[in-house]
Amino acid sequence: MTLERILEVGGVPVMLRMDDPELQEAVGQRYSSYFTDKPSRKPLNLSVHVTRNGAVEGDHRPRIEWLGDHWIFERTDFRAEWYPGTGTGRITQEGAFHFPLDSVLRILHSMIAAPNGGCFMHAASAVRNGHAFAFTGVSGSGKTTMSRLAPPDAAILTDDISSIRPVDGSYHAFGTPFVGDYGKPGINISAPLKAVYLLLKGPENILEPLGRKDAVNVLLKNILLFNKDPKLSEALFHTAWRMADCVQVYRLTFAPTPAVWEMIV
Amino acid sequence: MSMYIAKSRSIAARALDGEMVIMSISDSVLFTLNAVATEIWQAADGSTPLSQIVQERVCAKFETEPETAYADAEDLCRRLAERGILTISDKPILNS
Repeated sequence: MTLERILEVGGVPVMLRMDDPELQEAVGQRYSSYFTDKPSRKPLNLSVHVTRNGAVEGDHRPRIEWLGDHWIFERTDFRAEWYPGTGTGRITQEGAFHFPLDSVLRILHSMIAAPNGGCFMHAASAVRNGHAFAFTGVSGSGKTTMSRLAPPDAAILTDDISSIRPVDGSYHAFGTPFVGDYGKPGINISAPLKAVYLLLKGPENILEPLGRKDAVNVLLKNILLFNKDPKLSEALFHTAWRMADCVQVYRLTFAPTPAVWEMIV
Repeated sequence: MSMYIAKSRSIAARALDGEMVIMSISDSVLFTLNAVATEIWQAADGSTPLSQIVQERVCAKFETEPETAYADAEDLCRRLAERGILTISDKPILNS
């Protein structure tokens, strides 16, 4: 029996239609706090089909290609078609796991956010005292470490992929179910984004505000765009500039102890 | 031979503190132009010869010898063209 569930991340609801019972269970566990019966707007539609016969072909790195009226996302474990004109798509994935669907959702959400002034950033993020803080950097720079060191009054939105978009004239960070080594989906809340920290591990904690040009550089290097679509690239370029106008970007060199969070205010 | 230069359409650009920050949208590579390069970039309308741009926008504003300034400008334009963010031609570039 086909199960329909609405998954809303960063204010973008997607109706998932799944006919495989094992996948229904895996997805139900993984995304439970992101399902809703009251989406903020009309959901996009994505049907997910499971194959167990190796019918999906592709490379380890996702191939993303525009074919005139739809996108193709393809990897060794999934093949997806996405029709932006109708807001519908279909995934065929190898095995009843959440990982292939998770990858498709990351690509899809980043592409939907870009033309609407938002972005998905390779960053951990957390809410503390009513404000959101994002921690970005290359893999190994300390995103998951910052999440693990967070004090009890900080709510982790994600340790890997942050959803950021404009709301009423300011940028807000949203929880996402997209996780890194932390292993737990982020808490499904949002808050105005106060600062972005470029993480570097070091012997002591040093916080340095960056000028606008360096800030734009940091944002552009860490905003996710899985394909090289010129229009989306241009949109994200301007998003980075607008974000640098209203969100302070710092370079945070930190020693991995809880004391680093004393600087996050 | 005259050189004409025009901004590529495959870029996104913003000015900051008198310098241009330009992204090639084909590969998302960022370039920051210094003050002299920014003057040349801003004057790259496809119809003004580079020699005139150098004379009016570089030599008039910066202390530099015309021959040196032109040679440097030509080298800069060729490098920017190689990266796809500037178009160069020995004839005026229409529809730039």
